[in-house]
Amino acid sequence: MTLDAPFAAQTRWQVAVIDRIISRTPRVISVFLRVSLGPKVAGQHVDVRLTAPDGYQAERSYSIASAPGTEGIELAIERLEDGEVSAYFHEVARPGDTIEVRGPIGGHFIWRAEDGGPILLIAGGSGIVPLVAIVRDWSAAEPKTPVLLAYSARTWEELVFRDELLNTQAHQSNFIFIVTTTRGPRHRPEDFDRRLDQSLLREVLARWGRTARDVYVCGSNVFVEAVTAGLVLEGVSPGRVRTERFGGKN
Amino acid sequence: MTTRGFFGRRPSDDIAQRLPPGQYETKDFPVLAKGPTPHVALARWRFTVNDGPRPLASWSWPEFEALPQTVWRRDIHCVTKWSKLDTTWRGVTIDDLLQAADITPPSAYLLAQSHDDYDTNLPVADLLNGQAMIATRFAGAPIAAEHGGPARLLVPHLYFWKSAKWIRGLRFTARDEAGFWEQRGYHMYGDPWREQRYTNDP
Repeated sequence: MTLDAPFAAQTRWQVAVIDRIISRTPRVISVFLRVSLGPKVAGQHVDVRLTAPDGYQAERSYSIASAPGTEGIELAIERLEDGEVSAYFHEVARPGDTIEVRGPIGGHFIWRAEDGGPILLIAGGSGIVPLVAIVRDWSAAEPKTPVLLAYSARTWEELVFRDELLNTQAHQSNFIFIVTTTRGPRHRPEDFDRRLDQSLLREVLARWGRTARDVYVCGSNVFVEAVTAGLVLEGVSPGRVRTERFGGKN
Repeated sequence: MTTRGFFGRRPSDDIAQRLPPGQYETKDFPVLAKGPTPHVALARWRFTVNDGPRPLASWSWPEFEALPQTVWRRDIHCVTKWSKLDTTWRGVTIDDLLQAADITPPSAYLLAQSHDDYDTNLPVADLLNGQAMIATRFAGAPIAAEHGGPARLLVPHLYFWKSAKWIRGLRFTARDEAGFWEQRGYHMYGDPWREQRYTNDP
């Protein structure tokens, strides 16, 4: 059975050239790849494959941070403790190197301009990556749709894409950006410095004053469990909530 | 194509031969789901087998617990690349389930259906002859809600998205109807040893 694009993944492995690598936070880098992929939708990911001299291969999935219309792709990669592939990107990879990628992949944790809104985006740590792709796409294509982004990180310094998101807030009247930091002080009066639990969600949603058409939650499993449980208790319909998680159950 | 400067961490030979292509071993138990975790109370839990819209058999939780129980130790493989080896499960095999209700499969395909409106398609032949169970225990304890409890399908020889969490029933279908992920870019069959992750993988 063959499905129409974009849901049919582009499955052929392709060679991608690393164009540039920049530091986003102390633990996150952005890797810009020169590669020609099929049509993309915000929120999708690619598979990456690395091959050792003895033929051993390692594959991982990474969310795409760049907006669908961008040439090439941007991946934002967190350095994982004991990470096999993330260590390669952080310590070895440099511009001009080649890797293999396939994709874009995924037909669930996605947003397209015709989906409209209001859109509620909730990110924990590096879970911001697919959501920043949605923000970038929304900002270019559908900025009249109201968006709330609630972003939880350990500290202000660990907010990936922080300055870009602050800039988006400064220029887009329909974009509300609320930060909460769990291990460091808040930096703006409108931010918070506690976990994104049910009571904080209630406060944030009340400040927004909208009912989300679609909700996207991405982060560690522990984070996503806590947030989605809080959202459901606050009356958000579970069927409107899409999740993307990494890591296991505590 | 060799990646300059990448050497990786090749697992030991005995582990490597148990890992399908592109998979790595994890000791953790990652959680993946399309949305919030549903919390299904045992008092209102029912498991139903349908032929299309027509119910063939149905069990309450105590009735289901009274069916013959089987314990398996299996390796599981998630399409997101992790594999977990030697996981132990207890539950009711599909063979025992169908036999208890005296059901002969009326078609060659079915959809496993879940409480969160998730479903996934499988050939019936892949569920018979000791290949699949409705699991209610993991590692000797009730399955945690995040891992699909109270009951999940377990079809360890296919990618783990086929092992539907929070299962509420099986519905026989005349044709092979694409389920939730199968409509969203993932493979109709999902054999990890042939690396059938996405729709157009051979």
